[in-house]
Amino acid sequence: MPDQKSPSALWQIKVEVLNTFSHKLIGCKIMLQNLSKFRIDLRLTASVLLVAGLAACGGGTTTSTGIMDKTSPLGGKVALTGAGASFPAPLYQNWFIELNKAVPDLQVNYQSVGSGAGVEQFTAETVDFGASDTGMKDEEIAKVKRGVILLPMTAGSIVLAYNLPGVTDLKLARQTYVDIARGKITKWNDPKIAAANPGAKLPDKPITFIHRSDGSGTTSVFTKHLSKISPDFDKEVGSGKSVEWPKTGTFVGAKGNEGVTAQIQQTEGSIGYIEYGYAKQNNLTFAALQNKAGKFVVPSDESAGISLGAAKMPPDLRVSVTDPEGEGAYPAVTYTWILAYKNYPDVAKAKAMEMMIEYGLNEGQAIASTLGYVPLPKSVREKVAVAADAISSEYTIKLK
Amino acid sequence: MTVGIPSPPPSSRSRSATEKELDRLFEGTALTFALFILLLLVAIGLLVLVQAWPAVKEYGLSFLWTSAWNPVEGRQAFGVLPMVYGTLLTSALSLLIAVPLGLGTALFLSENFIPLKIRTVLVFLVELLAAIPSVVYGLWGIFVLIPALKWCFGLFGVSFTGPSILAASLVLSVMILPIITAISRDSLAALPPELRQGSYGLGATRWGTIFRVLIPAAISGIVGGVMLALGRAMGETMAVTMLVGNANTISSSLLQPGNTIASLLANQFAEAKGIQVAALMYAAFILVILTLIVNILADWIVRKLQAKYD
Repeated sequence: MPDQKSPSALWQIKVEVLNTFSHKLIGCKIMLQNLSKFRIDLRLTASVLLVAGLAACGGGTTTSTGIMDKTSPLGGKVALTGAGASFPAPLYQNWFIELNKAVPDLQVNYQSVGSGAGVEQFTAETVDFGASDTGMKDEEIAKVKRGVILLPMTAGSIVLAYNLPGVTDLKLARQTYVDIARGKITKWNDPKIAAANPGAKLPDKPITFIHRSDGSGTTSVFTKHLSKISPDFDKEVGSGKSVEWPKTGTFVGAKGNEGVTAQIQQTEGSIGYIEYGYAKQNNLTFAALQNKAGKFVVPSDESAGISLGAAKMPPDLRVSVTDPEGEGAYPAVTYTWILAYKNYPDVAKAKAMEMMIEYGLNEGQAIASTLGYVPLPKSVREKVAVAADAISSEYTIKLK
Repeated sequence: MTVGIPSPPPSSRSRSATEKELDRLFEGTALTFALFILLLLVAIGLLVLVQAWPAVKEYGLSFLWTSAWNPVEGRQAFGVLPMVYGTLLTSALSLLIAVPLGLGTALFLSENFIPLKIRTVLVFLVELLAAIPSVVYGLWGIFVLIPALKWCFGLFGVSFTGPSILAASLVLSVMILPIITAISRDSLAALPPELRQGSYGLGATRWGTIFRVLIPAAISGIVGGVMLALGRAMGETMAVTMLVGNANTISSSLLQPGNTIASLLANQFAEAKGIQVAALMYAAFILVILTLIVNILADWIVRKLQAKYD
């Protein structure tokens, strides 16, 4: 595993994923996923095509490498398909390539189609697992006949990155960053910003707030946090995957984390919310936010870890960390979940699912921090392992 | 200019039964294909309308003139006015820039101002513009055009945030330029040489020939090209999304961000749910209707112009 993942390395990984699978299969899947938006029942077609795709994949080499105890238990090749959130996609794709190297019989294909589409396809049972940045709601869970297990697999923090030459360690008080997002603070030299940043040369320039123009889990998590800490924001904007941003002030929408990143880099005097990994990879400067305890905290693995540790994990593993307690806790963090079925009719697939989860909880956590994600606290890993162990009776997940 | 249907050449022999059969077969095949296109269009329109129905029932025609777009659960409100405004404004502005430029280029490339060899290269280059993927245009807009505009406006002390109606329109005009140029040039080049010779023979200047004879004669081709370009401008998604700023507001300034219907669809469709999907479909249906109106209008203009010059 290289220590630093550059975007080009990620791209290589994606290319590798594409090469691993037959192009035909991927093409068919994408077509099916697009069609499933129109709520046509395609389960039968999907399974027929999957069988065809598997047959196509079956011609590959079967030489086992090293780990002898893991090559045989599946009793042949197994392919899992998953779809969902784009936020953890680079991490998952990385995991599944590494997993395939360790267990050549197990191939996992993950399509980053967005959390909403992921939940939809998971409900329609066109995939083996889904992924979402927000835990499924009760009424969504009720629709899944095979039962749902929610498994938090990794976490991320959302940072406010800004472009203000000469200002390197901006601090934003709780009310201040809420007011910027509400369009109430529109100038960089606003007294409220200046109060927390004595000595900083804040220019008399308008603030351009860059937000996501596409529906996204990032927006959902960020607006949830803002709504939690400010009743005004909750009343005026509210929270969701896409929201109606204020009409006052300058608000610019950009598509995807990469779009927001590019826009911040291009626009002097801009500020916008992106995932920590993107800000880190692109060397953007980001603000320290004031947490519930009143301290200004810079986003990092440690501060995000404190936030996650502060949240009590309920038995269904569905928790949203909207405003964590603790002196060192970074305020805007989120888990991201893999959605698994309670039962899999195919025994081999059930086993494969558990092996996949096991890999993510062990080796996967080390990869997570190199890619800018936040590794799960130990207590959470243990709970996830216990929950996932219910999928298959023939396999036991061991934490390393 | 009316083109009469040429009468078939007198044939010395009667055609065989097989030949007639083949003719009928060909006619039937061609008709099937033509009908298939019609069917396809109707099917697309119907599917979009069916998906949009919940929103049509919920919001009715007021969807057209309200400007809230709030997908937040529990407080959904959808209106498409800012996007209709943005769509029409960006496409009109891009036409305003691209039509004189494109038509001028077409004239320059169809007349013998410069040697044929250089002309061929230029024609090729213009057509190459059409082959550039729109995401590349978007990137070019973000990293080249916007900084350049910022510098220009900076000279006059005007603050310019970047993504805006103006930036999107400028890039759109470059994108539709090859369509206008290529089709106009083809229809100008296809004019019979007698027209030009006759005009010169009567003592007309080159200027007069171009504007009084050649353009009127090729007008249907030129307008056709412009309409095709307009269709592209209204439906363009990727480059516009990257440059328009995606703000659902109506602003009188071209330097402010706005939004278009196509860009809205591209942004929100993937993560939309319930009534939001229906609202997006409704917006898509409105885009289809807008394009239809524009095309009917264009057809009407061509007819008027042709009647005038006949």
